[in-house]
Amino acid sequence: MSGRRSWLTTELEHRGVSRREFMGFCATMAAALALPDAAVAQIAREIQKTAKPVLVWLEFQDCAGNTESFLRASRPSAAEVVLDMLSLDYHETVMAAAGRQSRDNRDGAVKRGGYIAVVEGSIPTGANGAYCTIGGESALDIARNVCGNAAATIAIGTCATFGGIPAAAPNPTGALGVADAVPGLKNLINLSACPANVENLTALLVYYLTFKRWPPLDHLRRPLFAYGKSIHDNCERRAHYDAGQYVEAWGDEGHRAGYCLYKMGCKGPATFQNCPNVKWNGGTNWPIGCGHPCIGCAEPDFWDRMTPFYQHLTGVPGFGAASNVDTIGALAVLGVGAAFAGHGIIQIMKRVGDKAEPITPKKES
Amino acid sequence: MARVVVDPVTRIEGHLRIEAEVDRGAVQDAWSSSTMFRGIEIILKGRDPRDAWAFTQRICGVCTTVHAIASIRAVENAIGASPPANARLLRNLIIGAQAVQDHVIHFYHLHALDWVDIVSALSADPRKTSGLAESISDWPLSSPKYFTGIRDRIKGFVDRGQLGPFANGYWGHPAYRLPPEANLMAVAHYLEALDWQREFIKMHAVLGGKNPHLQSFLVGGMATPVDPNSQAALNMGTIAELKQFVAKARDFVTRVYIPDLLAIASFYKDWAGHGRGVGNYLVYGEYPEDDSANPTLFFPRGIIRGRDLSKVEPFDQSKVTEYVSHSWYQYQAGDGAALHPYNGETTPNYTGPKPPYDLLGLDANTDKKYSWLKSPRYDGEPMEVGPLARMLVAFVSGHARVKELVGAVLKQLNVGPEALFSTLGRVAARGIETQVLAEKMDSWVDALAANMGSGELRIHDNSKWDPSTWPADAMGAGFHEAPRGALGHWVSIHNGEISNYQCVVPSTWNAGPRDAKGRRGPYEEALLATPVADPERPIEILRTVHSFDPCMACGVHVVDAKHREVARVRAV
Repeated sequence: MSGRRSWLTTELEHRGVSRREFMGFCATMAAALALPDAAVAQIAREIQKTAKPVLVWLEFQDCAGNTESFLRASRPSAAEVVLDMLSLDYHETVMAAAGRQSRDNRDGAVKRGGYIAVVEGSIPTGANGAYCTIGGESALDIARNVCGNAAATIAIGTCATFGGIPAAAPNPTGALGVADAVPGLKNLINLSACPANVENLTALLVYYLTFKRWPPLDHLRRPLFAYGKSIHDNCERRAHYDAGQYVEAWGDEGHRAGYCLYKMGCKGPATFQNCPNVKWNGGTNWPIGCGHPCIGCAEPDFWDRMTPFYQHLTGVPGFGAASNVDTIGALAVLGVGAAFAGHGIIQIMKRVGDKAEPITPKKES
Repeated sequence: MARVVVDPVTRIEGHLRIEAEVDRGAVQDAWSSSTMFRGIEIILKGRDPRDAWAFTQRICGVCTTVHAIASIRAVENAIGASPPANARLLRNLIIGAQAVQDHVIHFYHLHALDWVDIVSALSADPRKTSGLAESISDWPLSSPKYFTGIRDRIKGFVDRGQLGPFANGYWGHPAYRLPPEANLMAVAHYLEALDWQREFIKMHAVLGGKNPHLQSFLVGGMATPVDPNSQAALNMGTIAELKQFVAKARDFVTRVYIPDLLAIASFYKDWAGHGRGVGNYLVYGEYPEDDSANPTLFFPRGIIRGRDLSKVEPFDQSKVTEYVSHSWYQYQAGDGAALHPYNGETTPNYTGPKPPYDLLGLDANTDKKYSWLKSPRYDGEPMEVGPLARMLVAFVSGHARVKELVGAVLKQLNVGPEALFSTLGRVAARGIETQVLAEKMDSWVDALAANMGSGELRIHDNSKWDPSTWPADAMGAGFHEAPRGALGHWVSIHNGEISNYQCVVPSTWNAGPRDAKGRRGPYEEALLATPVADPERPIEILRTVHSFDPCMACGVHVVDAKHREVARVRAV
């Protein structure tokens, strides 16, 4: 393990990744994390020094969308190597072991400690935990045990971060995100979005492995490198917005010409994520790039606050590129008939009004 | 007698628990339990039906297109929207790519480790492995050097003591029967398929912005503009790109997946005698080939009962019902009732043991509830859905290419058609379907290109977009063949809002519990008589359950909260 040739070098060679490509990856990571050039060498050095870190990936009220996102890591090529080379000691969707043997793997990792817990899916609090059990144990008990003993916890996807779709009104199962279900976790990072983009998970892990600490976060515990600016601020269609060129109907001339989707319901102005820069599936495309509005999936309560999806936001004009999630929040979906949207606005305004407040649990049902 | 519990069943989507009674080396009885519930249909009540696809899509991130497709079809059916030809072609391409990618992932990443012993691969001779690989395919990655590299990589993995996802598998189990060189070849292709799926699914990003959870669906069409003269639309460059994706998929399926499937199956032919199941097959059909109200379907619709391959019965949606007698829900009319989805109701009613628990306390004639899945029935009968059902209905309906491939596979494995009704039959049918689809997709790309060339650029039926054009009350059903089988959504709309929504899902059909008459669901029935050599390591149970490709998050749903007063914060 502590031999001269690091495990990383061996793995890179097996996968046909050259030293040059690896350094290119480190440089991309440094850029993604907005670090100075000097950090490139440090990233490379630290990643190679690190023993293969252990991940325990828990799935609760989930759809496995973040797992699938995880399996799609494709750019830069070394990123998949880094992910591939984590020791994924527990992950129900991919692991060979089943039943008792799989639970033994999880319990063994918890006993050894020092692992990173990744949580996908919300945690139900209703029916004494019976809305989600694994091996007869409730999701809540498992989360308390595994996250409580982890070196760090990453809540991945909007369900694990903010409750997501199971917590949408009327939240039939009392679903909560990790921060609310297991309060007091020290090293908890939220990677919201539905699903979260694997490029941001990669960057987060690289940052952590390199600096042994988490990157700066917003008040929702999301890394600023990925959630620091709105979709609208970086959108490739922004010039059309500024020029007043909008899509008016699906398939019309403006739609075919790539005009702004604001009038079709785009939630980009109220959504903070780096989709326009990083894009998806190895930089292939992103939702606005294929002609559909942003649905705001990285934001808390977006299922209530950003719906109806095809109604446009009000109050967008007039804020500039300096906005961030801590100053913007009172944007509302037009359409007062939408009970859910109204509910969401109240919540977000409450949050904006009190930044120090942790994520507010939803209590209605 | 031993009570074997597998919980969690891994290498599936979602949360599944199997309890089985094992005696004399075989399963005597089995219970399939889904252990997670979210209530997405309750959440849908009162919302804009045009938003529903995004909600239902989140039922599952693995089959990330299927609930979106079923949803937009259900709403279109309700409001009378007619998507134009380009939307149909884009959807066919998205559905086809989903099926091909999903089936390959299932074979290599979810199912293979039940048949392939990774640890045995360490003792393989790379030269022999190369010989084997070259004898079954002309796939270029087949040199002894290549397989040496793979073997050393696994060895490094094992030596470092960090086996990660491969730790604690049933390695060395006597039920593993492949020689070391076949194991090594399969492991190499496990890794190649991991790269392949990642690249191939970029096709979804081209057509849907991203994968998982594509975002180009619209009630009435698709949001992806089509215009040969625009950089911001699908143009001829995209056509070339799509053709490339399809060609690469066909290449991998034809030269890696299918040869591997046949090679591995030849060592496990006895599994054509296990996992028979209920013997009834239901198919809604898929891939509309025209834009009429009742289009020709590339994979035909229909029912086969009692393994009778002489005829296909037409599908009648009024015969679909669901029971909750063994499910953690209650019905107003009593839990013995069977309700059609339009009249469906669901009130969660958990009566199982309080977690943590060891056993659900079930016996042969249990009247207990034990699953978050309901029990769907067609004309009162349990039905198996999925690739096997689709290939059987296509075969009996006279689908030329399916007939040809089914015949070729049976001949190569030297087994008769009865071998199809089995664990191995499901594995083979999934491969055959993938091959047929991989060959077919090109024609949809060509049709899309032809439309572009002729100036047919419509992607959406705008006439029904505005809710003011809808009737005050509307009901609709949307049918789809998901990779895992027949999927139906039923929606009721009142004054522009969803008043009721129900999904009857492939994994509900297959994995559901007993019904009010005590009849087992397809998983439970298929597990009967499955051999179990070592109750502590029940790999055989996994083989049969995995042959259905479980997708549990899909299976669990709730409908119609009309009997439940739902508190909701109203906007002021």
